[in-house]
Amino acid sequence: MSAELTAGVAQVLRRIGGTVTGAVSKLGFVSRFLLAVLWHTPGAFRRMHLTLREIYFAGVLSLVIILMSGLFVGMVLSLQGYETLKRYGAGEQLGILVALSLVRELGPVMSGLLFASRAGSAMTAEIGLMKTTEQLAAMEMMAVDPLARVVAPRFWGGVISMPLLAALFSAFGIFGGYIVGVPLIGIDAGAFWGQMKAGVDFWPDVTNGIIKSFVFGVAVSLIAVFEGYDAKPTAEGVSSATTRTVVMSSLAILALDFVMTVFMFRGASVV
Amino acid sequence: MSLPAKPSSSRTAEAIAACRVDPAAAAVELVDVSFNYDVRPILTGITMTIPRGKIVAIMGASGSGKTTILRLIGGQLRPKSGQVRVGGLSVPDLEPEALYELRRKFGMLFQFGALFTDMSVFENIAFPMREHTELPEELIRDLVLMKLHAVGLRGAAHLMPAELSGGMARRVALARAIALDPMLVMYDEPFAGLDPISLGVVGQLIRRLNDVLSITSVVVTHDVYESLKIVDYLYFVSGGRIVASGTPEEVRASGDPFVRQFIDGAADGPVPFHYPAPVYREELFADVG
Amino acid sequence: MNRSAIDLWVGIFVAIGFGAILFLALKVGNLLTLDRTPGYHLEASFDNIGGLKLRAPVKAAGVVVGRVEAVRLDPKIYDAVVTLRIDQHYEFTRDTIASINTSGLLGEVYIGLDAGGDPVMLKDGDRIRKTQSAVVIEKLISQFLFDKASSGAGGEAAAPGKSVEKPAGETKK
Repeated sequence: MSAELTAGVAQVLRRIGGTVTGAVSKLGFVSRFLLAVLWHTPGAFRRMHLTLREIYFAGVLSLVIILMSGLFVGMVLSLQGYETLKRYGAGEQLGILVALSLVRELGPVMSGLLFASRAGSAMTAEIGLMKTTEQLAAMEMMAVDPLARVVAPRFWGGVISMPLLAALFSAFGIFGGYIVGVPLIGIDAGAFWGQMKAGVDFWPDVTNGIIKSFVFGVAVSLIAVFEGYDAKPTAEGVSSATTRTVVMSSLAILALDFVMTVFMFRGASVV
Repeated sequence: MSLPAKPSSSRTAEAIAACRVDPAAAAVELVDVSFNYDVRPILTGITMTIPRGKIVAIMGASGSGKTTILRLIGGQLRPKSGQVRVGGLSVPDLEPEALYELRRKFGMLFQFGALFTDMSVFENIAFPMREHTELPEELIRDLVLMKLHAVGLRGAAHLMPAELSGGMARRVALARAIALDPMLVMYDEPFAGLDPISLGVVGQLIRRLNDVLSITSVVVTHDVYESLKIVDYLYFVSGGRIVASGTPEEVRASGDPFVRQFIDGAADGPVPFHYPAPVYREELFADVG
Repeated sequence: MNRSAIDLWVGIFVAIGFGAILFLALKVGNLLTLDRTPGYHLEASFDNIGGLKLRAPVKAAGVVVGRVEAVRLDPKIYDAVVTLRIDQHYEFTRDTIASINTSGLLGEVYIGLDAGGDPVMLKDGDRIRKTQSAVVIEKLISQFLFDKASSGAGGEAAAPGKSVEKPAGETKK
């Protein structure tokens, strides 16, 4: 009996060890991949039209969902926030509430999540499909590096688009908050903007939001292009890679958000 | 999975010198090449010579390692042992830059074409020209049209790959493979999935282009009929080894059981019908539980 | 999608993206309102600044005349020393009182300036002599309870918990 038990335990340990070493080696591979992509950056920018094209696909085509979501989030924030603030006679603070929530957190995080599911998954699917149909291999055999021509432009397209999308999300959200707060609820417009301006500081609020969205952009783009490049060249391989992109990107965004928030806003209310 | 070799974004003099091909040497030589995928042996003791200007077919059942040979020649894989030489140069020993230089002299036709789906037919063929040369656009335009004319698709220059039939896509890929007038062209299953007319067209193109452009062609296929019509020599691969070889006449007259099974398309022979399994009677009547 | 159309759209996208960032910086945040108008500095020390934050407004008669620029603790007498930055246009008398107020019950904390009648004005670097510290709710409550307790016990209302004043000058409510 104990022989089976030890065999079972050994099996479990082996599996755990295998998973851990697998995860660590994948992390190492992803880092090497990132370095390789960064190395090929000059190539990506020399072929500027490729990068521009990717900014179009990742950024411009995400505009509709980002702007609409931002608007709605801002409006809901305004509605919900006012209910609570009203009870403490702090209804005039609505502007600050909406603005800070969006600029510090909701703007970067939500636009990151939306970007991951829209543009990130598209990138993964594209690259994975090119791998499956041997287009990447064909490029290699024609002595053109797919990292420079296919991967790096998409990576930089995502990195450049993300901060812009996050800023647009926040801006539209604030506008949505204004629409609900001033004409609908009846808060004084001057108080709305005035309080907001007093409460939102460019440094650290706006800049930290921009830094966050940049970090998210790097994370999502890297995961997206990596999963596409690493996908198994079959239909299921590409589809599971696409799913992994969305899941991993979302987790990465939330985890990085927590870490960055701790560092950035820990001392915000300390004089 | 591996990262690709670094390309020659700037062509170094050493790289160009390192891949200067010996004009007297045979186009491709494999000497006692072995290759494993993890621990599974794919190829063992492969020795073949492909003389310049000839078309050589590598035939075998699916999964026999034929495509692996192409990848070894192209430098995408490294042999576990043995030598892979192209024009006298040992491919596995080349520096990444030199390897990329060498690949400019190759053309490869992938199974099903592997055309870039986001570009038109014209742009697919112009791709290697734009990437590797500094030719002006007017000249590139003329060259692309010439290549398309050689495969009979000059009128399709502005179609997208999604709008092409299988045979047309294959021909466009062929035009792309010869875009830079390579010295060696590799064909991975060029006849797979084509209708009889397209089969004939592709076969004829392979032969004609080989002779007109004085290139060397390596064709990996399992289409016996077409191959016997156009190639100069054949190698048969089974279970990772070369089991037979010869000219088309020798092969047609061969008494080798593997060759015969292959040519006649017999269901059973040296390549067995049954996948290894326990004895039939025993499995059927085995006690349950 | 041809190249020029892509360029156009990408250009528009980048432009409105930067526009949004600028909007956030200027209209939402207070990037340019800080340190744009010329001003001068005054100091004031308090026992307790309560919830006063950096960049809190300094108001006189309800009008914002400046911002809190720095706060530090005086290591000798353990008072909070606040540096105020006042708009150049406004001058305050030497007997101005600086008090820490809250707008509403839970509103933001700000410094209110009440000017007096002294003919001499405060100059850059001067210290405001009369200050009133923040009202700390807990002390108010304990004072109230103490008053209640002592009046209930028949003693006089001693009111020992009145807000501590600066040695120089009376307090004004």
